[in-house]
Amino acid sequence: MNTATLQARTITQFSRKKITTMAVPVILLAYFTYIFVSFDMAGLGDRINLDNARTLLSDTYSYKTHVAQDNRDGTIALSIEGERKAQYPDGMTPDWVTLGAVPTVDLGQGHVITLGPQVTYEIPGYGRVTARPDGTGVNAVFPDGDLPDFINASKNRVMIATDAGRLTITRSRAEVFKYDYGWELFFFTLDSPYYGLGAGQLLSRAVTGEVGAIVSGFWNNTMWRHGDVLWALFETLLMAFLGTFGAAIIALPLAFLAARNFTPLGILRFAARRVFDFLRGVDGLIWTIVLSRAFGPGPLTGALAILLTDTGSFGKMFSEALENVDARQIEGVASTGATPLQRYRFGVIPQLTPVLLSQILYYFESNTRSATIIGAITGGGIGLLLTQAIATQKDWEEVTYYIVLIILLVMSMDTLSGWVRRKLIKGDEGGH
Amino acid sequence: MVEKAGTRADAAHPGAAYLAQVKAKRLMNFIMLVVFLALLGAGFHTADSRNAGGFWDGIGNVWDFPSAMFGEAIARAAMMPGYLVKYLPSLIETINIAAASTLLGAVLGLVLSLLVTRGLAPVPLLVGPLRRVLDILRAVPEIVIALVLIFMLGGGPVPAMIAIALHTVGALGKLFSEVNENASLKPVEGLASVGATWTQRMWLGVIPQVAPNYLSYALLRFEINIRASAILGFVGAGGIGYDLRNTMSWGVGKYDEAAAIFILLFLTIVLVDQLSSILRNHLTNGMSSAEVKL
Repeated sequence: MNTATLQARTITQFSRKKITTMAVPVILLAYFTYIFVSFDMAGLGDRINLDNARTLLSDTYSYKTHVAQDNRDGTIALSIEGERKAQYPDGMTPDWVTLGAVPTVDLGQGHVITLGPQVTYEIPGYGRVTARPDGTGVNAVFPDGDLPDFINASKNRVMIATDAGRLTITRSRAEVFKYDYGWELFFFTLDSPYYGLGAGQLLSRAVTGEVGAIVSGFWNNTMWRHGDVLWALFETLLMAFLGTFGAAIIALPLAFLAARNFTPLGILRFAARRVFDFLRGVDGLIWTIVLSRAFGPGPLTGALAILLTDTGSFGKMFSEALENVDARQIEGVASTGATPLQRYRFGVIPQLTPVLLSQILYYFESNTRSATIIGAITGGGIGLLLTQAIATQKDWEEVTYYIVLIILLVMSMDTLSGWVRRKLIKGDEGGH
Repeated sequence: MVEKAGTRADAAHPGAAYLAQVKAKRLMNFIMLVVFLALLGAGFHTADSRNAGGFWDGIGNVWDFPSAMFGEAIARAAMMPGYLVKYLPSLIETINIAAASTLLGAVLGLVLSLLVTRGLAPVPLLVGPLRRVLDILRAVPEIVIALVLIFMLGGGPVPAMIAIALHTVGALGKLFSEVNENASLKPVEGLASVGATWTQRMWLGVIPQVAPNYLSYALLRFEINIRASAILGFVGAGGIGYDLRNTMSWGVGKYDEAAAIFILLFLTIVLVDQLSSILRNHLTNGMSSAEVKL
């Protein structure tokens, strides 16, 4: 082989390599173009609902207080987010609302609304809007000139949305929304004696023997339902725990059947492997659907769905681990005259434990996340609460609360399982 | 040994101590096992009592639904091929969601993994915060992002794709950075010595070393993402999961189409699993230094 042919060959090799490196991005680009067209990404701009996005975002960090007047009898109801559970009791008002002959709502920055038979809104920089809603219409009077963008008016409905708040007047109702930052009533509801107390005051009350009442006020908060939420979180964790470890216990003996070096009988091995493939292939989604038909919604259904799927995964992984077992240790044990059972106990199990445990722990962590998803499908645990809250399309602060809890749960499981795994491996190096 | 011969009388002593230690350890392990099994039993009991239907009431009915479904499917076996063709486009959509999100996630995960690997990161200060970002991306279940995005974007494959891609970034970013840590720094140093930029050092020095491992992990993710994409379809994000939900809701007597979808889904998952397992074996055996666990 002379230099010329060698050079020619090198050049062809290089150019082939160049073409393959160039081809990968081109194929990727072509595929994404196809995806762009087939997923109709161009039409996304029309489908996107910015109002929904805005409500969602503002709800996660703020809340609104409703001041609603029934125009027929003049009664005024105050509540957080318009919920019956969060109505202000009689005689209790936030400091920006004055009830009396002329009920006044002070939205701040000069925005003042008075209610009563005549509703007025003093808008700084624009002027005064008055309305006398009755059976014929809203009868609103605006300052001269064109209506600005923040006012939306028709005969039977006037809506004024300013930075300070929102006023909606219809024939039957006049309603003021005031927006504030934070998650109101997160700790205690309005009917609790501990509502509005600071941490210091609570602490001093707790010291004087009201701990039980304070905790129960928090736990039974009807708006945020902390007790139920924590129960749901526990259910989710329970599903993951039962599913993962139940699967491990069932998969271990079956894995021996599927391992080449432990089951000389081909037909048995084949059968065990097909069982694992089937369990994994049917997938958690289908198991969940099938099981929820038999057992109804709840944590048991979720746990069993995880158990069935993971029996397949564990069976496959365990049998692979078994096939990689070092035969010398088993021979060594056998040479001392050990019975077959003792050979398993002292030759196989010690080699396997750290490997299997670390795989199981890894799955436990990832199943915490799966349990949330399964809960959303079958109806159990935090997944159910989450889908319910999303379905109402208004309790986004609760959705945020649940998401934060789920993230914390999964991350703490991640940390915990990582810690145990490191400890196992380290303990293993220390010798038996 | 010779010196020890004189103290052979005491030899039984350390042996006894060892045996006692082993005994204590075994007792401890046994207690742990009992506690663990008790926990498991109590857990199943709690789960059973909080479930809508009890285990022993339901166990007899487990096969009712599958047998009803497949009974109908067999009764109308002639229509099966037609159904399989009918739902093929949805199946392709599900696979596309999984493939596109795996690709997107892998590309972003690759970039992020290089940014969070100590020794390779261009801005060491960002390593910690970016790792937390990856942790959070990994911790959020896809369904959460998907449901929120469905609320904003409407149903369809795009919310599912974004949701799965975000999770994939977190998962692959972490795995890739573990792979990067094992990469040899010599080519990187060599490239640095001739004045290569950070991008060139990574592209020419690191990625060729670790590409097979990357591919292997990405394939594994693809398997997982197909399942995830079917599940997200079930909550409204398009693809075969969505059809499954619809056909299921038609009720008794019309389960034959649901059965067809079950079969399609099962075959796809098994096929993708087998293909990716063959490919991954090929990738890992093709490169002796590579070691892929899992």
